Amino acid sequence: MTQAPVVSIRDLNKSFGDNHVLRGIDLDVERGEVVCIIGPSGSGKSTLLRCINMLETPSAGTITVLGNDLTDRDCDIDTARSKIGMVFQQFNLFPHMTALENICIAQRKVLKRSKADAEKIAKDLLARVGLNEKNNAYPGQLSGGQQQRVAIARALAMNPQVMLFDEATSALDPELIGEVLGVMKSLAEDGMTMLVVTHEMGFASNVASRVVFMDAGVIVEQGPAKQVITQPREERTRKFLTNVLER
Amino acid sequence: MALSKRQKAQYLRYSVYTFSCLVLVALALFVDWNRLAGAMFRWDIVVKQFPDILTKAAKNTLIFTVMGFAGGLALGLLFALMRLSKIRAYRWFAATYIEVFRGIPLVVTLLILGFGIPIAFQWSWPNPYLRGAVPLALVAGAYIAETIRAGIEAVPKGQMEAARSLGMGYPRAMVTIIIPQALRIIIPPLTNELVLLIKDTSLISILGVTSGTIDITRFGRDGVNTTANATPLIVAGLVYLAMTLPLTQLAALMERRAKAASR
Repeated sequence: MTQAPVVSIRDLNKSFGDNHVLRGIDLDVERGEVVCIIGPSGSGKSTLLRCINMLETPSAGTITVLGNDLTDRDCDIDTARSKIGMVFQQFNLFPHMTALENICIAQRKVLKRSKADAEKIAKDLLARVGLNEKNNAYPGQLSGGQQQRVAIARALAMNPQVMLFDEATSALDPELIGEVLGVMKSLAEDGMTMLVVTHEMGFASNVASRVVFMDAGVIVEQGPAKQVITQPREERTRKFLTNVLER
Repeated sequence: MALSKRQKAQYLRYSVYTFSCLVLVALALFVDWNRLAGAMFRWDIVVKQFPDILTKAAKNTLIFTVMGFAGGLALGLLFALMRLSKIRAYRWFAATYIEVFRGIPLVVTLLILGFGIPIAFQWSWPNPYLRGAVPLALVAGAYIAETIRAGIEAVPKGQMEAARSLGMGYPRAMVTIIIPQALRIIIPPLTNELVLLIKDTSLISILGVTSGTIDITRFGRDGVNTTANATPLIVAGLVYLAMTLPLTQLAALMERRAKAASR
């Protein structure tokens, strides 16, 4: 039996006023796939990712995640979101809570886990992202890389079925990027379904099962990571990759 | 010889000091201190103000302040959330409330609610404290609503997005994530509101007071009438300061704590 895709997007359109950012996106993501979305800035890749958990409301088209049509007005968006993990470029940790509290708060309030259960899970996850010493640190006391790893742990605590990474390493100092990519890579190896918007071509070619190249609101081409990055079919992809890789 | 910038600043500072000293010396020499003390600082009258100015007047001022601030905070939070609501009718209602009570002087609001409404509706306030505190809370609520709204808007947008992406509903995210951060941001302006409110309680006495609801200002004015001396007003001023100064210090402490906790 073939499983239904975890994420299924059909003819997705999104406009901000006159600015037509997404122009008919079709994309399926199967369970366990790691899909990297690359493309020049302004190509709509972050908007696409943000549409997948409805942080942006699509102008047209459907987005089905785990069998629920999120664009249906009667869809329980909060329940759907709790199964979709999101990691932001700016981390967005809650600054008035410790690392542990950041990871516990949604477990307690959304999943109604007991305090003891939530803290146990939070401590295990902090250890998993290499931060077992930082339970009681406030976000302001952590480096960018540490904050982002706490943010990943916070998303994982909800037992998401799919994780969205929106340029998770773009706000980091170069020497801190590796530790975050390492956590993401180990997640991928554990079989997590992931959609990753990134500029890290190394990560894309090593970890992604598929690379999607977007430009001007459309998917220009997609395929196995090695093929898209080393032998792109489309001229636009080739140009973008030349610009990125020549740096 | 040209003066350097630093030297110029230094000379300016010296001349300001010298001038200030001259003013002080002139005051000390030319003011009739005995007469001044006789009109404003009569120790025997100071002593007579106590303990009633504390046990009655300051107590009532405090009651009006606490009622006004508690009500103002509740109304302020409610109307701030309505101003930020997606529902247009809520936004308009809140905006109208805020504009009306911010735009009308407190004295007028006090008179309308204290005299106008009871006459118009053949109704009387069940409690003399409510009669003064409700208008105070309504006006404070309008200002506090704007303060809270500004605080909520000052919390980065990513905070709401992160909370929502974890599956929290809008009300839940507001209560656990956004409002606690907003309150930290608005401690200084909120302290300002509270200090203003303490002082605004002095206007309630225009509604007329019984000896039971007399506040510090009215107590001072009554004191002037009975003693024909300004000393009671000076004492009243000092009692207000004794209430506001610890408050501003406490707020400064809370501000430092909040900063330290989120760093």
